[in-house]
Amino acid sequence: MRYLPHSDHERAEMLGVIGASDIDALFSAVPKSALKNFELDLPDHSPEFLVEAHMRALANQNHAAGDGPFFVGAGAYRHHVPATVDHLIQRSEWLTAYTPYQPEISQGTLQMLFEFQTQVAKITGMDVANASLYDGSTGTAEAVLMARRLTRRNKVVLSGGLHPHYRDVVRAYLKDDPHLECLSPSPEGQGDILDHIDADTAAIVIQTPDFYGHLRNVEAAAKAAHDQGALLIVVITEVVSLGLLEAPGALGADIVVAEGQSIGNALNFGGPYLGLMATKKEFIRQMPGRLCGETVDADGNRGFVLTLSTREQHIRREKATSNICTNSGLCALAFSIHMGLLGEAGFVRLARLNHFNAIRLANALDGVPGVTVLNKTFFNEMTIRVTQPATALVERLAQRGILAGVPASRLLPGDPEVENLIILAATELTTEGDIAALCAALTEELA
Amino acid sequence: MSMNTQGRPTGVGTAGTSASGSALLPDEPLLFEIGDNEHSGVDLPDVDLATDRLGGFARKSKLDLAGLTEPEAMRHYVRLSRLNHSIDSGMYPLGSCTMKHNPRLNEKMARLPGFADIHPLQPVSTVQGALELMNQLSHWLMTLTNTAAVALSPKAGAHGELLGMMAIKAAQEAKGEAHRKIVLVPESAHGTNPATAAFLGYSVKPIPARDDGTVDVQAVKNALSSDVAAIMLTNPNTCGLFEPQVIEIAQAVHDAGAFFYCDGANFNAIMGVVRPGDLGIDAMHINLHKTFSTPHGGGGPGAGPVVLSEALAPFAPVPFVRKGKDGLEMVEHIEGEALGRVTAFHGQMGMYVRALTYMLSHGADGLAQAAEDAVLNANYVKAKLEHLFSVPFPDYPTMHEALFDDSFLKGTDISTLDFAKALIDEGFHPMTMYFPLVVHGAMLIEPTESESKQTLDHFCEVMAELANDAKAGNKERFTGAPMKAPRRRLDETRAARQPILKWERPADLPKAAE
Repeated sequence: MRYLPHSDHERAEMLGVIGASDIDALFSAVPKSALKNFELDLPDHSPEFLVEAHMRALANQNHAAGDGPFFVGAGAYRHHVPATVDHLIQRSEWLTAYTPYQPEISQGTLQMLFEFQTQVAKITGMDVANASLYDGSTGTAEAVLMARRLTRRNKVVLSGGLHPHYRDVVRAYLKDDPHLECLSPSPEGQGDILDHIDADTAAIVIQTPDFYGHLRNVEAAAKAAHDQGALLIVVITEVVSLGLLEAPGALGADIVVAEGQSIGNALNFGGPYLGLMATKKEFIRQMPGRLCGETVDADGNRGFVLTLSTREQHIRREKATSNICTNSGLCALAFSIHMGLLGEAGFVRLARLNHFNAIRLANALDGVPGVTVLNKTFFNEMTIRVTQPATALVERLAQRGILAGVPASRLLPGDPEVENLIILAATELTTEGDIAALCAALTEELA
Repeated sequence: MSMNTQGRPTGVGTAGTSASGSALLPDEPLLFEIGDNEHSGVDLPDVDLATDRLGGFARKSKLDLAGLTEPEAMRHYVRLSRLNHSIDSGMYPLGSCTMKHNPRLNEKMARLPGFADIHPLQPVSTVQGALELMNQLSHWLMTLTNTAAVALSPKAGAHGELLGMMAIKAAQEAKGEAHRKIVLVPESAHGTNPATAAFLGYSVKPIPARDDGTVDVQAVKNALSSDVAAIMLTNPNTCGLFEPQVIEIAQAVHDAGAFFYCDGANFNAIMGVVRPGDLGIDAMHINLHKTFSTPHGGGGPGAGPVVLSEALAPFAPVPFVRKGKDGLEMVEHIEGEALGRVTAFHGQMGMYVRALTYMLSHGADGLAQAAEDAVLNANYVKAKLEHLFSVPFPDYPTMHEALFDDSFLKGTDISTLDFAKALIDEGFHPMTMYFPLVVHGAMLIEPTESESKQTLDHFCEVMAELANDAKAGNKERFTGAPMKAPRRRLDETRAARQPILKWERPADLPKAAE
């Protein structure tokens, strides 16, 4: 077996040093009835080329996003990742390092996290960011719990524009909690949350661009929340939008949660992704997740360490702010490298290009008989209403090689209001040819 | 501004002095000290946005992000990387963390466009290979554990714990036993266990360890009552010992109407050799980044699928894969008892690909051999060092970890921390320290199956030499360690008292390094 260094001769020699008659003697604490008393319905070891052939055969059964026109978004976005990013994150020193609990020999990871936290704080316009969470959805649930700890209030209101999966994750985390209020889906972008804030409200959660692509008024939401002593949590599933849209921190957000996948990370069928969380300075001691901070070493040289760990489970156990331990370190590295390559100039150009292509897409869709674009405002994603059920239509388009977007009913099954809605995204990778192919196919299918 | 030997700025805006690096191990300034907001390493066309659809929400505040061209970025991140220890460059004897070899075939497979470039919400008819991969991974996990179901979606071990305990909570409620508010957790448990239980509103009742480092079935029986929802037990436990009474404990827990959550962090010691389902577990998370070699990546991403017994299977979350009339289906919504969804989308697909690649490479025979070699290596280290170090629990052979306490350092004025830091100067990552909490000054060593006998011999020689030197009174070698690392000991108190969590532009540097 190519991954195991011992020869049988060495194993015997080592057993001799231990003073064990055979390997089973080392498993003597295992009840006899449970030790090797089975045959496993699994194959034996396999050479590298056969494993590769097996995996390639599975991969080949999938239609990759790059295989044709592609407009799928709704919380995960296909962007170009520079070759440099993937090369660098595969360096042994990044890929095969452990969590940087021993700072003297982990300064690479720690300095990167410090840079990452700075980047996230800057794009969100917040004071501080943590060193990442699992993804945007779990980050949203963590933010809700954090807001409750901060306000010592219970009621939480989720906007109808919040991604339905994110809503479901918050529901699971707060199972059966009577203080959780989830507003009805709002595909037209209708604002509804301001009437639901009262003196018991810990936080309201809004998403912008929302699940349907509409841009929401963060400033008005912040004011309404703060008037009642509640916190505003802003969720962003398309982080590229921050290159063009005002930072939530500048508009009064208290906690910002984002899915960071768009920068540096591939679609990966849903994971691993990257949860970003940023907040105000006064709230850091209730923030979940790892934090990296600057300090000096015994010689007075600048260095970095994980800090404020008295919030965390390995110190506080049942009194911790969260049970989170492992986060998304390598995805944060990919994000940070890609953001470092983009810089301010590149990040803004990337956002402009996304918006430009989305305007093109919206204008083209407007010209297709049977299609209505619902959005007045959007960044790179929009919702259309078509004249027939969306799921079957999207399936037929897929058979033509066009991945035309997400039927809203996939995430909101059984809701007749959304049965004919499709959510479509454009990115810098969307070409005029892709848009023309989509519109031609839609015209035929809807005729 | 001072320059290091590479002509790059160092120590800009720092509290410290200038360069401490050398030509081959240079200090690296921060991204914000070498980049500025004009440079970029990505060529993108600047489009004409004569009209926009932003509805007046366009950005007015400054971004102030630093950019680097491609050669600058390459150098920045390569230099930074060299300040890290990694499993590829040296042994990482971290108990409980399982730093084993990360095969590169796994990385290659995870990057196939058919896995990396597919969207979680594209039609399931276009991702049948991905669903089949999830099916095959599920088969391996259920077969290796002899369990009835598996929920793949948790993002890491602690997230899996949360899901498993949510399923237990839902099952208790379905039985009309929502009044059960206590979870039993042995004192030797990982911190995530009590944190998870508390997160779900349970009160945690600690179970003391016996003098031999294992959990006493009688202590569990004494703690059980009609108010107990579950026990969270790690097996093999955090002292590196297999719980000899685990079957009796499971029986007692079930007899009391409670469930058995097993923390599977140490499954790598028994995969292919013992099936946890045969021991009576109801739920167990499996850290794919420990047991099945997906890389730790400097702190994640992990993956924590949870296997479930028949009693808990109905409470599994969405999504899951099942066979339908037109091939495989993805069940994304379910009415009734299930606990719902614990993450957007389908979980850590990139880790599923790597883990299945590892499983297929090893096969059932290779996985069992890997577990046996991990146990052999830990016992070898223990046998070579027990005459110099102190073994707190000598009654049982150890499993995949060798545990020592700090009594061998008595009178030397050298702490476990000092001793571990001295290992850095000898080229090794420190072992896990001060965990488990039940052992004074614990040193927990997990070599994993990836280390050769030659490396283990060298490690043991170094450990023995350090122990002898400590006993001989050469204190400075330990209290001053590390001397040869990129940094000496960091002031953690200062970091926590005056937190500096992001870079701020210094007053004397109006634009970064322009």
